[in-house]
Amino acid sequence: METEVIVFLILAFVAIGSAIGMIINKNAVYSALFLILNFATVAIFYLMLGAPFIAMAQVTVYAGAIMVLFLFVIMLLGAEQLKKADKGEWQKPVAILFVVVLIVEAVYLIFGGGGDLLPMINEVSEVGDPISLATKLFKEYFLPFQVTAVLLLAAMVGAIVITKQDKKS
Amino acid sequence: MLYSMDDMFNILPTVIVVAWATALILVEAFLPKKYKFITIWLTVLGLVVALVAAINQHGIEAEAFNGMLVVDGFSSFLNILILGSGILAVALAVGYNKRFGFDRGEYYIMMMFSIAGTMLMSSAADLIVIFLALELMSIPLYIMAAFYRGNVNSEEAGMKYFLLGAFAGGFILYGIGFVYGATGATGLSQVVTAINGGVDSPTFLLVGAALILIGLGFKVAAVPFHMWTPDVYEGSPTPATAYMAVGAKVGGFAALIRIFVVAFPTLSTDLVPILWGLVALTLVVGNLVAIAQKNIKRMLAYSSISHAGFILMAFLPYGDAAVFKSSVAAALFYLLAFAITSFGSWGVVIALEKSEGKGLLLEDYAGLGRKYPALGVAMLIFMLSFTGIPPTIGFAGKFLLFKAVMEGGYYGLAILGVLTSLFSAYYYLRLVIIMFMKSGEPNIVSDRWVTLVTASSAVATVVLFMVSTPLFAWAEQAVLKLF
Amino acid sequence: MVPLSYYVALSAILFALGALGVLTRRNTIIIFMSIELMLNSANLLFVAFARSFGDVSGQIFVFFVMAVAAAEVAVGLALIVAVFRNKHTINIDEVSGLKG
Repeated sequence: METEVIVFLILAFVAIGSAIGMIINKNAVYSALFLILNFATVAIFYLMLGAPFIAMAQVTVYAGAIMVLFLFVIMLLGAEQLKKADKGEWQKPVAILFVVVLIVEAVYLIFGGGGDLLPMINEVSEVGDPISLATKLFKEYFLPFQVTAVLLLAAMVGAIVITKQDKKS
Repeated sequence: MLYSMDDMFNILPTVIVVAWATALILVEAFLPKKYKFITIWLTVLGLVVALVAAINQHGIEAEAFNGMLVVDGFSSFLNILILGSGILAVALAVGYNKRFGFDRGEYYIMMMFSIAGTMLMSSAADLIVIFLALELMSIPLYIMAAFYRGNVNSEEAGMKYFLLGAFAGGFILYGIGFVYGATGATGLSQVVTAINGGVDSPTFLLVGAALILIGLGFKVAAVPFHMWTPDVYEGSPTPATAYMAVGAKVGGFAALIRIFVVAFPTLSTDLVPILWGLVALTLVVGNLVAIAQKNIKRMLAYSSISHAGFILMAFLPYGDAAVFKSSVAAALFYLLAFAITSFGSWGVVIALEKSEGKGLLLEDYAGLGRKYPALGVAMLIFMLSFTGIPPTIGFAGKFLLFKAVMEGGYYGLAILGVLTSLFSAYYYLRLVIIMFMKSGEPNIVSDRWVTLVTASSAVATVVLFMVSTPLFAWAEQAVLKLF
Repeated sequence: MVPLSYYVALSAILFALGALGVLTRRNTIIIFMSIELMLNSANLLFVAFARSFGDVSGQIFVFFVMAVAAAEVAVGLALIVAVFRNKHTINIDEVSGLKG
């Protein structure tokens, strides 16, 4: 096997393991830390896929800002653990069935019917550098860029409205 | 340059709404408390200006922003519909929000952002824009659902809606990922070109389309993705419920129609059985569970689920372009009929609602028809329209829809539609019987704007039935360019 | 080179685990984190396909998804804080005065 494939498999193992750790952990803080690990591994995948800029954004925005916000809220609420046992009811068998189907599908993709997939292009192209990204973002994808701006504004105002305490009168 | 000022002019109504809402944030922040009502008037003014722009734009056909948006009859029909709905929703909210002590201008600003998102969805021709517009439509809705601060039910409704909405968003995004993987594009026209040229991995395409269908199924509340609907509808402030019932449906169906008509006509053989199952389930579950409800908000929630089923019915004659044209037009017409009837009936609910969730049970409607005949008759008209009994626009909607479905050869489903309509008559007319036959002393809260909405909706429900032929012609005209 | 199908499979597994978390956990914050995992797996899919097409668009979508995720996190955590203030719980079953 090539080195890259070996690296991929190790990282994939870490990514899946941390995802499982996230969903089965009783303590929300540990879950959040597992998720950060998962995001960091995914960032390395982005590097392997020739997307260095996205990888950096992943680390700073996702693993950095978003997850810190999560941790902050968990600590603020003191809500690391639920008082009652955390158990699902009827959803559980359905969910597990659903996941088994998806995982079988994934295995099939790797070992079986992957034949109809496109092969990976070989030369490391320069697609992921900041200049080509920015050019495309501000020219071709100008409209969605604007929409995200409006979206963030609306979300910000909304979040403030929901949490702002009324002044005691 | 890939974009110019012309692009802005082409989507002028949306631009007006977004700019207006952004400006209103500042206005609201600096208005002294005494003059807060100005925000409401400015919201209505903004919506009216945008509505005028949208009507003025009628008949224009253009692409904007590098083909990411399409301005055509379909988008202008839906823009007019959603802007009109927005104005009605503001009128319903004014008195209610004041009565329950959360009359803050941000409510209307959030609604404007949501309207802008819905408008973008109606003209989006790129999967990424559809996803972003969907979020722009949904995120303000979560906030509106949770707007009654300090009220546990409202905050819970917001949270539930948020979690399930974000979950659905994940499905849509993953589906878009697969479509991108299969075709190498997200623009609907490029997607269709790639599909016609033959894709390397048809499985990806199918999985992608199915995931998008599931995600949008959540948004329009089709069974089995409807679990959130009754809880959210019940917990949210009633005017917010009234708006989301219409707004989220308009946006969701706009995206569904645009995506599936333009991009995936070739998948019809695979998707029709799934759609068939969805429609049948939605019709049966929506209507049967509604019978068991004692709370009017939950009853109307299940009723809105069942109406989503009726609208979804229009998707069945999928591969057959000739029939599909008229069935999509029927779906648009049905959306219009649903919107008018829905706002009217929520208006009645608002008139009877008291604090702490009182006045929402079906028994609380006892004697309404005797004590307030006008309100009783209005509710009677709405219930007839929901059931699909003439002379109401709901009848015209169902008639046109069933006709189109029959033309497509789906007799079984058309029969199921008629049967479930009969079922629905049971719970709609039960309410009418409670209103007119049982004795009781209901008290209504007088609110002139709500009265105005209820009265005008009642009149429109009947009058639009009279002019349903030209209206349907308009809808047919609107979908012409889609195919 | 790592074949594309490996990445697709990995992203499918992560997506499935995210969906599993949403459906089985009762802790709102963990449900929410599972949704983030789902969005992230979609991002991985986009970048992998972008690589195989040699097309930068797929990477741009990831930016948009990050912006959407940030907006959702702001609103979602605000909602969780608001509910917690009233009920002092983040268990989705305990917060159900609405059930039927």
